[in-house]
Amino acid sequence: MFGNFDFQVIVRWAPLLAEGMALSLLLTGIAIIGGVVLGAVLAIMRLSPSRLLSWPSGFYVNFFRSIPLILVIFWFYFSVPIVIGRPVGSFYSVLIAFTMFEAAYYCEIIRAGIMSVGRGQSAAAQAIGLSSFQAATSVILPQAFRNMLPVLLTRSIVMFQDTSLVYVVGLRDFMTTADIVATRENRIVEMYLFAAVVYLAICFAGSMWARSLQRKYAI
Amino acid sequence: MIEIENVSKWYGPHQVLKGCSLSVKKGETLVVCGPSGSGKSTLLKCVNGLEKFEEGKITVERTSVGDPSTNLPRLRSKIGMVFQNFELFPHMTALDNVCLGQNKVLRRSKAESVSRSMALLERVGLADHASKYPGQLSGGQAQRVAIARALGMDPVAMLFDEPTSALDPEMISEVLDVMIELARDGMTMMVVTHEMGFARKVATHIVFMDHGAIIEDVPKETFFSSPGVRAQAFLSKLLSH
Repeated sequence: MFGNFDFQVIVRWAPLLAEGMALSLLLTGIAIIGGVVLGAVLAIMRLSPSRLLSWPSGFYVNFFRSIPLILVIFWFYFSVPIVIGRPVGSFYSVLIAFTMFEAAYYCEIIRAGIMSVGRGQSAAAQAIGLSSFQAATSVILPQAFRNMLPVLLTRSIVMFQDTSLVYVVGLRDFMTTADIVATRENRIVEMYLFAAVVYLAICFAGSMWARSLQRKYAI
Repeated sequence: MIEIENVSKWYGPHQVLKGCSLSVKKGETLVVCGPSGSGKSTLLKCVNGLEKFEEGKITVERTSVGDPSTNLPRLRSKIGMVFQNFELFPHMTALDNVCLGQNKVLRRSKAESVSRSMALLERVGLADHASKYPGQLSGGQAQRVAIARALGMDPVAMLFDEPTSALDPEMISEVLDVMIELARDGMTMMVVTHEMGFARKVATHIVFMDHGAIIEDVPKETFFSSPGVRAQAFLSKLLSH
């Protein structure tokens, strides 16, 4: 059935497709790091007994989780240059949008991870004289991290797929590049099939990695 | 060593501790008993500041626990505590559990804390299990590691919060044996427990609590030979099984 198909098109356009993939991976990588850091800060704020800290964080999380990602991408594309006062380019505006959007989800994952560590653990850590900071870094967070690792990776895989939304501000990620090639060469089925296989392979490998990490660090 | 004076505590409108006073002198073993919900564990946790109290005063070696200017982490490092559910750190080996506080709080070198910890694990009969994780230990073994962890800080006193009530019957004695040895070595101990056999062996005096108040605070001999009415009712329930 593949007799009429021309898969050579993939080879011919490989450099451009690789460029698209590089953008997808770069965006995902930086947004994971930024999102986890910002998410951890938000999670600690949200768990704080002080309303001054927990309320803004709760508002942030609920706000970003209530609107579609594509809208956030648009907003930052138009608003960041206005706020900063100069154009920053689509890539940076998208990077900020992804980081801030994903931080809301990471916050909830990290918060759940911290809450999954029993209260007795922090009592035991305090009882041997550890400061709150030492208790957090030596006892609570290492366990919380183990508990949340699978969900954290699953969320990151979803984000990798979501990077295909950047086409709305004219960035060429892997999906957009495949689409351009498909239209230009009129090889729609081949390119979409190829894109699906690539996404599947990467995300499946990611899931397997998540599972092996989970097994390795299981308590 | 431990002085508790007129301590009261409320959870909202509910008073859980009612003017409790007691004292534990150096080298003594105090056993605190009473029905569940009588406030024994809460009182114990007030001693190292894990629970706050609204009224009264607690001092450990003349340091006031409730004083806001007290460095609580430093005070806690001098008071060992053993929990009902062991609360070993599950992501660390038995040895690392015992070393953690020595490294981070007492700033001992790695080599020194390892050699001290191994000696302590030897003392509780678990040197062979040093590299195991808590999940691989039985309840009795885990609780003995928890005792070693507390001892690693060279505490001036030890608090035990129902150390055997989460254990299967056949493991209770291995933990009690370690505690009896500690008491006989002159450790100052405050023990919340229902193990009256332990109390008979090593307690210097016994406190009986009910509904947040201390009903009796008497030498061991008096407690077992002529207990008060409520203590008697409590004892007969324990012994009738």
